[in-house]
Amino acid sequence: MYAIRTLGLTKRYKGITAVDGLDLEIARGELFSLLGVNGAGKTTTVKMLTGLSKPSAGEAFVGGYGIIGQADEVKRIIGVSPQETAVAPNLSVKENLELICGIYGFSKEKTQEKIGELSARFDLDGVLKRKAAKLSGGWQRRLSIAMALICEPEILFLDEPTLGLDVIARHALWDAIRSLKGRVTVILTTHYMEEAEALSDRIGIMKDGRLLAVGTADELKARAGVCDFESAFVAIVKEGTV
Amino acid sequence: MRLLTFSRRCAKEILRDPLNLCFGLGFPLVLLLLLSAIQANIPVSMFEIDTLTPGITVFGLSFITLFSATLAAKDRESALLQRLYTTPLTGFDFILGYMLPIIPIALGQAVICYLFAIPLGLTVRVNVIYAVIGIIPMVVFNIALGLLCGSLLGVKQVGGICGALLTNLSAWLSGVWFDLELVGGAFGKIANALPFVHAVEFEKALFSGNFEAAGAHILPIVIYSVIASAAAVLCFIGQMKKQ
Repeated sequence: MYAIRTLGLTKRYKGITAVDGLDLEIARGELFSLLGVNGAGKTTTVKMLTGLSKPSAGEAFVGGYGIIGQADEVKRIIGVSPQETAVAPNLSVKENLELICGIYGFSKEKTQEKIGELSARFDLDGVLKRKAAKLSGGWQRRLSIAMALICEPEILFLDEPTLGLDVIARHALWDAIRSLKGRVTVILTTHYMEEAEALSDRIGIMKDGRLLAVGTADELKARAGVCDFESAFVAIVKEGTV
Repeated sequence: MRLLTFSRRCAKEILRDPLNLCFGLGFPLVLLLLLSAIQANIPVSMFEIDTLTPGITVFGLSFITLFSATLAAKDRESALLQRLYTTPLTGFDFILGYMLPIIPIALGQAVICYLFAIPLGLTVRVNVIYAVIGIIPMVVFNIALGLLCGSLLGVKQVGGICGALLTNLSAWLSGVWFDLELVGGAFGKIANALPFVHAVEFEKALFSGNFEAAGAHILPIVIYSVIASAAAVLCFIGQMKKQ
């Protein structure tokens, strides 16, 4: 059974087609990256799959639930870390995690257990009492992903998780994302080639709202007939332009 | 559970912002102090402490509008709401979650205003309890107006519109600072068509125990509260769908 399946998923804004007839299947436990330049339609795709935006046409199934008719069921099984920092600034790191636990109706015991588990996994122990607003961009992103994971989602959406981070913070976050592999289905959007190549089981390349190619990094390189992934990406995107 | 969790978070966000506390509590108290000092030197019946305190208490609510508008606008700009829209929280949870924690904050602000006025000469009477409770419909109006602005505007715009324009408008049109009948004309008509002057007169009447006069002013306040709440709900849910 697929974690995600889209059938002709389309989003049109006033005269612009942001996502154009997307057909995609993502297996359970897979780490799938949507790669593309700015405006490719990655974030719009994630917004539709997470119920933030209604499709103009087509349908998608997330965990087997339709995003149009079963949005409430979809919300119960997903975790989302949006592109921008999405934390409560005047709350401490611990209070931010407690906020999400409370929203999902966790008991006090389960809340403490989940905070302990996520703090250990994302190295948040040392900053649990610090206000989120006082954290650096890298730590805020870690907190943001921990908040998305604390509800034990079957499917996790990470929209440009390392955007604007320095190289050290980016690699630290990659380690955290790698640790999720196999346990949670992860859909990651990025425009960093090396990020997609380093983390993903499979990569989908998008341009102008269309999915140009899907495969492992090696498959995409072979398809483009080049040795490095960046050249493969450029070749596939250029090919898609013609 | 969901609603209470979100409410607690909103209360913490407001109470931990020092600017909120300075303006929300400090400014009305400074005004009470200054106008009492003026009254001591140049007596004006409008600025007698028993008349002034209910008016300043209502004026203080304009900062409640600023609190709720800033909170909602900040949440939108920080993408926190985007995250929360993908959780099981409903539109109803969001609206009540913002409103519920601000009501006790506003009531606390009113209590502090009355307590602060006692050493300045305020007559201590049981009616102050009615005056504090009676302010609730206007509190709802101010919070709803804030949520409406916060749903439509950015943080900077909220600062300008709710922080400067609305506080000034509510002050001029409330009859706290000058007698509206002396101005009369279109200004007086506009002031009477809005809820601010009615809220001040309602509060004054409750404090003085003139419940008959209070009854004459409650209807416009309730009508504006209902309209503002409905508009806030519609705009907020509209914003949710726009995402």
